[in-house]
Amino acid sequence: MCAFERWIWLELQVTNSPFNQEQVELLNRLLPTLTDSQRSWLSGYIAAIQGTAAASVATAPQANTAAIAVPAALAPKEVTVLYGSQTGNGHGLSKKLSKKLEEVGLVVTMSSMSDFKPNNLKKLQNLLIIVSTHGEGEPPDNAIPFYEFLHSKRAPQVESLQYSVLALGDTSYEFFCQTGKDFDKRLEELGGKRLTPRVDCDVDFDESAAEWMNQVLQSLNEAGAGSSVVESVSAVALSDSTESEFSRSNPFQAEILENLNLNGRGSDRETRHIEISLEGSNLQYEPGDSLGIYPENHPQLVDDLIAAMGWNADEVVVINKHGEARALRDALLRHYEITVLTKPLIEQVVKVSGNEGLRKLLEPGHEQELRTYIEERDLLDLVQDYGLQQVAASDFVSILRKIPARLYSIASSSKAFPDEVHVTVRTVRYEAHGRDRYGVCSVQLAERLEAGDTLPVYVQHNPNFKLPENPDTPIIMIGPGTGVAPFRAFLGEREETGAGGKSWLFYGDQHFSTDFLYQIEWQRWLKDGVLTQMDVAFSRDTDKKVYVQHRMLERSKELYQWLQNGACVYVCGDEKKMAHDVHSALGAILEQEGGMSPEEAAEYLGLMQQEKRYQRDVY
Amino acid sequence: MSDNNLLSSNSAPHSDVEDIKRRSNYLRGSLVETLEDRITGSIPEDDNRLMKFHGSYMQDDRDLRNERHKQKLEPAYQFMLRVRAAGGVVTPEQWLMMDRVAQKYANGSIRLTTRQSFQLHGVLKWNMKTTIQEVNEALLSTLAACGDVNRNVMCNPNPYQSEIHSEVYEWARKVSDHLDPRSRAYHEIWLDGEKIVDSLQDAEEQEPIYGPVYLPRKFKIGMAVPPSNDVDVYSQDLGFIAIVENGELKGFNISVGGGMGMTHGDPLTYPQVAKVIGFCKPEQIIDLAEKTVMIQRDYGDRAVRKHARFKYTIDDRGIDWFVSELSERLGWKLEEARPFHFDHNGDRYGWVKGSNGKWHFTLFIQSGRVKDEADYLLMTGLREIAQIHNGDFRLTANQNLIIANVSSHKKKKIEELIKRYGLTDGSHYSALRRNSMACVSLPTCGLAMAESERYLPTLLDKIDPILEENGLREEDIVIRMTGCPNGCARPMLAEIAFIGKAPGKYNMYLGGGFSGHRLNKLFKENIGETEILDSLRPMITQYAQEREKGEHFGDFVIRAGYVKEVLDGQQFHA
Repeated sequence: MCAFERWIWLELQVTNSPFNQEQVELLNRLLPTLTDSQRSWLSGYIAAIQGTAAASVATAPQANTAAIAVPAALAPKEVTVLYGSQTGNGHGLSKKLSKKLEEVGLVVTMSSMSDFKPNNLKKLQNLLIIVSTHGEGEPPDNAIPFYEFLHSKRAPQVESLQYSVLALGDTSYEFFCQTGKDFDKRLEELGGKRLTPRVDCDVDFDESAAEWMNQVLQSLNEAGAGSSVVESVSAVALSDSTESEFSRSNPFQAEILENLNLNGRGSDRETRHIEISLEGSNLQYEPGDSLGIYPENHPQLVDDLIAAMGWNADEVVVINKHGEARALRDALLRHYEITVLTKPLIEQVVKVSGNEGLRKLLEPGHEQELRTYIEERDLLDLVQDYGLQQVAASDFVSILRKIPARLYSIASSSKAFPDEVHVTVRTVRYEAHGRDRYGVCSVQLAERLEAGDTLPVYVQHNPNFKLPENPDTPIIMIGPGTGVAPFRAFLGEREETGAGGKSWLFYGDQHFSTDFLYQIEWQRWLKDGVLTQMDVAFSRDTDKKVYVQHRMLERSKELYQWLQNGACVYVCGDEKKMAHDVHSALGAILEQEGGMSPEEAAEYLGLMQQEKRYQRDVY
Repeated sequence: MSDNNLLSSNSAPHSDVEDIKRRSNYLRGSLVETLEDRITGSIPEDDNRLMKFHGSYMQDDRDLRNERHKQKLEPAYQFMLRVRAAGGVVTPEQWLMMDRVAQKYANGSIRLTTRQSFQLHGVLKWNMKTTIQEVNEALLSTLAACGDVNRNVMCNPNPYQSEIHSEVYEWARKVSDHLDPRSRAYHEIWLDGEKIVDSLQDAEEQEPIYGPVYLPRKFKIGMAVPPSNDVDVYSQDLGFIAIVENGELKGFNISVGGGMGMTHGDPLTYPQVAKVIGFCKPEQIIDLAEKTVMIQRDYGDRAVRKHARFKYTIDDRGIDWFVSELSERLGWKLEEARPFHFDHNGDRYGWVKGSNGKWHFTLFIQSGRVKDEADYLLMTGLREIAQIHNGDFRLTANQNLIIANVSSHKKKKIEELIKRYGLTDGSHYSALRRNSMACVSLPTCGLAMAESERYLPTLLDKIDPILEENGLREEDIVIRMTGCPNGCARPMLAEIAFIGKAPGKYNMYLGGGFSGHRLNKLFKENIGETEILDSLRPMITQYAQEREKGEHFGDFVIRAGYVKEVLDGQQFHA
């Protein structure tokens, strides 16, 4: 984006400026010839004259206003949008925001936090941050370096900075939007001024994110943009003609082509391989992207809830702000989340029910009790345990979250399977608090959907988990369990494109005989040379539990060689245990084979992350 | 001897298996590496050929093959591990070891084979080494339990004349030990034995009997003690028939050239009964066994594996050729065969007292399968017996088990356990069932074309009422079934036999000799259960009405004209 072009677009006219025809012509002759530095000088010069004038001529507000408006229009504001995003939601919102900002004439620099040079922070005027939170309040991978810089002693004072934060999170986690909160607080500590207050978004983020964007636009506008800018906001068309009409907010009803269990008989596990048709959707994806699936709640749970509350299943309830109405049972099946308890929800429940017991649970000093209670319990438990039968259905549903889509790493290459998308879903079943519990989406896929049925899907792009652009770059893939899914896409893609780079897959699960997901496909790729080598760890086949990180350490010499040769490392799967252990193993390998100190190893990995040579898709 | 069988009459190029053996460096191949490969539970075909010599076949659960393919899983590869003990004699400690490894590494059951060996099924590749180590620690072995070598030497586990049995058994062990492969590969691969650096040493030293390519096919030896022909001595490549005079072992009659295997639709392949060629003294048999094996090594057909058994070598060249070749290599001549008489080839069940004053209990084990069922805790019962038993266990050639050499003192305790677990001598079964045998077949055997072990009991349930109706419940009739024509349960010697052709379809054979001396003959081809029962019903009724005194079913069906008598294997298809 070049400032000169922006300038031409803003050619002055009598109608869009306070100048007369002669002034407009003179300005239009002069201004296009100015270099960047001349323009800066001029804007400072005029501002200085204005300051002096304001001090001496307090009675000329009309002229002053006009004079202030000139530099605003002549030197459009620069805005930096930084995102930290694991699944791509943050990236998507950043793109949307940047587009809106540009449409109103602002100069936007958008980048991932990992691509941003922290030294430039001091030079910024306007900073907009969109960042998600992971696990126990941790920043996403591509936000870690900037996050650490900001919280270090090296962080500069930023008194001239205006900023605002959009935090993405999930209220079912204890440290909801923690990373966003941290950025917000830290920038304030460093002297920054809040442009607009931070907005924390739950999984259903569309509306809150849109509101935050409007506030941001408005305050940037108030802080100096002309009226023409406001007009252009409403004129912005948000649709992108090159993309599919189907999206997160408008999912595609896709037909299931195949639904089978990948685990052999006798396995403790069930993992569904689902092949879905995207024909006619124009949905495009690349290896590393995710598929969003909107699930339905378990009919039994919905019926039990309705029965426990003594509601009428056919009662009509309003399901959104636009007044759309549905029968209660249908609304609970398809629109509302009923399987997760969160603190905000319980606060709302107290409001609509006035329940004393719940109110107590929210009082200070009961935090641990609340945490323990909401864990592995659902709405049915809540209404039964606290006797909430008097609450009307319409009141109750009005406080429920919209059922969020589930994201699954795509397991297919669209080059290998045009018009199809495959996902690998482990069925979640467990018993808690005396009742069988089900993963909403996984059990729906395992038990209630078969080939021929349809389900609402969309593609969630994930730019943070992508094959290297150079097809000759070696790749190391670490994906135990369903974490192996995107690597099926990677290898499918490399096979189709004839990429020459070497590849190495680490895989693990419980038992070799029954839990070796996609076994014959890896075997074929190994035979054909698409996959160079593979190491597996099956934890329950031997007395000693062996995991992928143990296999990595066994191969440390060779693995280090690969890293030295520029290999990209991809990790997919469980975040809490696996990704952490794999990270430690990588560090240990660098120390052992590269003779690095722990700090040097950490720095090496940090650099790899920055260079996108170490990418993770963990959950 | 740098190479083998340059003397074979077949000058065609040697089969692939010969090449694999030749390249294997005395049975090593790439087994060490392929056993380590964690991506597959299988080993490559070349190594599987060599694996047999180590006592194992790679198999897969065929019931799951299609299902797993859909699930993008490789077949449920697993290994059958055969543990051999000459004459089928094992100690209680060895029994307990088998019981333990069966639970720990195999499918929780033990299969007693028709050659007095143990089979474990369902051992995963990763557990093979540990399993073989535990077997060897108990002083048993899997080496040469399969493969183109001399197999487990069978021996009558006669509990009646104990002195003779023990003498014959000792000879069986000596023959067996003498014919063991000498390659160190087994120790290197399984037992962490030291690797001999220059393993490509002189062939004579590596394998003085077998040479670098071993035998053209498997080689089977059995020792019978008349009047029992339980080892089916006529089915063996080399048979020894004990000649006992005045309670003393005088020596052995020698039989050669028996064998069961054939291929459906290939009349050039056929089962054959061995021919008795003479007599020798006990101390001569090791030399005789060695030279016989070496003659087969040199003259056997290495071009066509299904024509490579010793029976074809002999039939192609004539028995006289063999006798003279043998005499030449031995440097001495066999004496004229001595008279002997076989009564039967089945087992005699229940308690008997041997001449040494010890007791022996022969247990009926359906199809040789030792496992626990909800209503029959056979495996547990035997485990508890093994824990207190201080005699030995003997696997019979009919897949049954003898709890042998029980002192009068221990007999009561063992009887109590037999009673507590309801272990059966088979007396409540029909005599037909007591004389039945079936091979393992589906789901593990890769050769199986039809069910056998899993089906024969059901078929017997349907034949039993026909026998009852005709008052033949206690009539000993030998019935055998296999899932393919390779003959593991020696069906071609049974009075009634079924050999699998396709799922649910069998060839039905009739007319084998009750004492295992005569082959049977094809009666009906490719028939299912209904036709089997419809065929048997009138035949059995007629037998009940028209049999002569002491006439066995196999003899009767020939006299009644159902099938022609087969006196020589070369007339089997005639």
